[in-house]
Amino acid sequence: MITQLYCENYTFFLFMIGVLGIFLNQKSIIIIIMSLEMMFLSVSFNFIFFSVYLDNIVGQLFALAILTVAASESSIGLAILVIYYRIRSTITIELMTLTKG
Amino acid sequence: MYLLIILLPLIGTLITGLGGRWLGRKGSNLFSTACVIMCFFLSLFAFFEVGLCGVPCYITISSWISSGALNISWGFLFDSLTTTMLIVITSISSLVHVYSIKYMEYDPHCPRFMAFLEIFTFFMILLVTADNFVQMFLGWEGVGLASYLLINFWYTRLCANQAAIKALIVNRVGDFGLSLGIFTIFYLFGSVDYEVVFSSASVYLNHTIYIFGIYINTLTLICVFLLIGAVGKSAQLGLHTWLPDAMEGPTPVSALIHAATMVTAGVFLIIRCSPLINLAPNVLFLITILGSSTAFFASIVGVFQNDIKRVIAYSTCSQLGYMILVCGLSYYNVGMFHLVNHAFFKALLFLSAGSVIHSLSNEQDMRRMGSLMYNLPVTYSSMLIGSLSLAGFPFLTGFYSKDLIIEITQISYYSNLQITIGIFACWLANISVFFTAFYSFRLIFMTFIKNSNSSRNHMNIIHESPKLILIPLIILAIASIFAGFLTKDLFVGAGSDFWGNSINMLPITYNLSEVEFISTSIKWLPFILSTLGAVFAYLINIGFLKNNIKFAYSSKFKKLAFALSKKLYWDKLYNSLIVSFLMHFGLNISFKNIDRGFIELLGPYGISRTLYNFSFNIIKIQTGQITHYTFFVITGLCLLLLFVPFWTFLERLVDIRLVIFSFFALFAVWSDKTS
Repeated sequence: MITQLYCENYTFFLFMIGVLGIFLNQKSIIIIIMSLEMMFLSVSFNFIFFSVYLDNIVGQLFALAILTVAASESSIGLAILVIYYRIRSTITIELMTLTKG
Repeated sequence: MYLLIILLPLIGTLITGLGGRWLGRKGSNLFSTACVIMCFFLSLFAFFEVGLCGVPCYITISSWISSGALNISWGFLFDSLTTTMLIVITSISSLVHVYSIKYMEYDPHCPRFMAFLEIFTFFMILLVTADNFVQMFLGWEGVGLASYLLINFWYTRLCANQAAIKALIVNRVGDFGLSLGIFTIFYLFGSVDYEVVFSSASVYLNHTIYIFGIYINTLTLICVFLLIGAVGKSAQLGLHTWLPDAMEGPTPVSALIHAATMVTAGVFLIIRCSPLINLAPNVLFLITILGSSTAFFASIVGVFQNDIKRVIAYSTCSQLGYMILVCGLSYYNVGMFHLVNHAFFKALLFLSAGSVIHSLSNEQDMRRMGSLMYNLPVTYSSMLIGSLSLAGFPFLTGFYSKDLIIEITQISYYSNLQITIGIFACWLANISVFFTAFYSFRLIFMTFIKNSNSSRNHMNIIHESPKLILIPLIILAIASIFAGFLTKDLFVGAGSDFWGNSINMLPITYNLSEVEFISTSIKWLPFILSTLGAVFAYLINIGFLKNNIKFAYSSKFKKLAFALSKKLYWDKLYNSLIVSFLMHFGLNISFKNIDRGFIELLGPYGISRTLYNFSFNIIKIQTGQITHYTFFVITGLCLLLLFVPFWTFLERLVDIRLVIFSFFALFAVWSDKTS
């Protein structure tokens, strides 16, 4: 049976995988965006689980909002990525050192 | 009239010093000399009125400092002691003024010289006439300043500069002691006026002060501080090194400063403070030890000096030792008597030496003189009178005071007074008598009697000094013969009430009548010793010991003579132990390490560099890699969340400002090491 604790664990690990995906990958920006999507997903899951558990509709409302935000965010992110690729003709993260201190 | 004594030298120095350009050489000579001679006649009159008629005079002009309990006024006190000092100062000063007119004839800065001599006289008069310690201290410091100006008169000479700075700084050590003494006097008595302090001193006989963890008798402490002041000014052993070096000034300056006035200020201080010092027997003990050691040390060092002025300088040092030691035995009037007599014959010796130097075209080395008695008969006679007087030849001035001092030290043997320290003083004083006679006559023989060693160029132009130089010599020679005899009954005569209340003699040890009854053989002793000294000087310089090479070149004697001619390495010791240590401390430790080092490291320089290094290191964290940024963001968040539960607990343990400060301090030290 899927208890509250299990749901917590799933969403947490999903979130952690997203986090690790951001800073362990050195190669591609697309993976970062995907990891970001995964983090959004885990957060949405979490909201939904809590909404069910606490019997409160606000969590599901938030999940819907996050869905929209994630969609727009990923579209803007992909748009930036496309522009970036057009200029640099590479999307390797290791080479993105223009903001060096 | 009394105020004119003080004002005349001041007017003289101001007009000669500031208006010397308009007065010219002759005008400033005339004006300053006239001022100081008038001052002399006025002080003669003051001496008559105060000393002989017994009418002390107190003048209070106005308030100087008035703050709470501290009330200092401009007050002048003319009692027997002051007027006697006034006679000495003004007479020697006027003779020196007259003398310098000719002696400094070809010097381009004559008005300046006269102004400095005059300001010296003024400060000395201020010193002796003050009626409180602070005003006395003004004169005391002023005398030091004037001595700096005078020693440094030929300011283009390096050694004159060095000697003047040395004189000023070594004196300052003593002045520090004196000022501490004045502070303690104010702490104890609540006043710095002589009359308050001296009249209430016996009340505080058992008063103690808690200082550095021990209880000290306050009067003893005060007297020790005053003694330190006197040691600096009167060139006693320990702070004596400035006196021989101060011979770099012109000779009249040496006569004025180092014979009659400045060095007597220390003795004057001790005599003036006799009511205080009498209540501190330990300090009397210390004074005796210091005085007799100085007399002995200076006399043996004087034997091996070859500079004619240095010999006289060391004899000054030695005679000051006599004065101090007899003050330590609590015979202040005898100390004062010797001071007066010494002023006359020492000024005579210095001025005669100046005359010799003047005639020999500024040659000061006695080894290059000789047989001058044919060329300079007047100078020779006056130098001989001065030396005989210094050696205590009977019925000359020095005899009456110096023999009395030695007899006073002798009665510790032969009376039941049980002054143990007198025995120490007696031995050293008697040995010093021998050496005093020895070096005085060595000077006479080497300068005037021996075969000449001068160059022919000098001997061709040698001439007796002009009249203006000889007249002071003749006057001083007459004074050196008669002054002691004439004033003996006045100053130290049986039952003389001349001193009145100005000197406080300790009744337990004061027993001049005892001196009159010591056995005749003992009374002859100083004369025999000084004759022996003169005979030895004769034998070694002229007689059959002259060519005794075997002794003179024996290694032991050579070592001794070398050590003595180097003043027993006293200067070297001071230089290597104290001066160079302090110089090193001043440059390397306090300046380089502390001021520009440690404080700068914790202060502006250290913090700015720390911040720079710190930010430089932090900048290196920003690699530009997004992954690194993400890592820091998340790690930082986690750490912050980790500390949140503990924060209320940690807050009580550590002060955040302290943490930040110590963090920066640590970082400063660390970054200084690494870079």
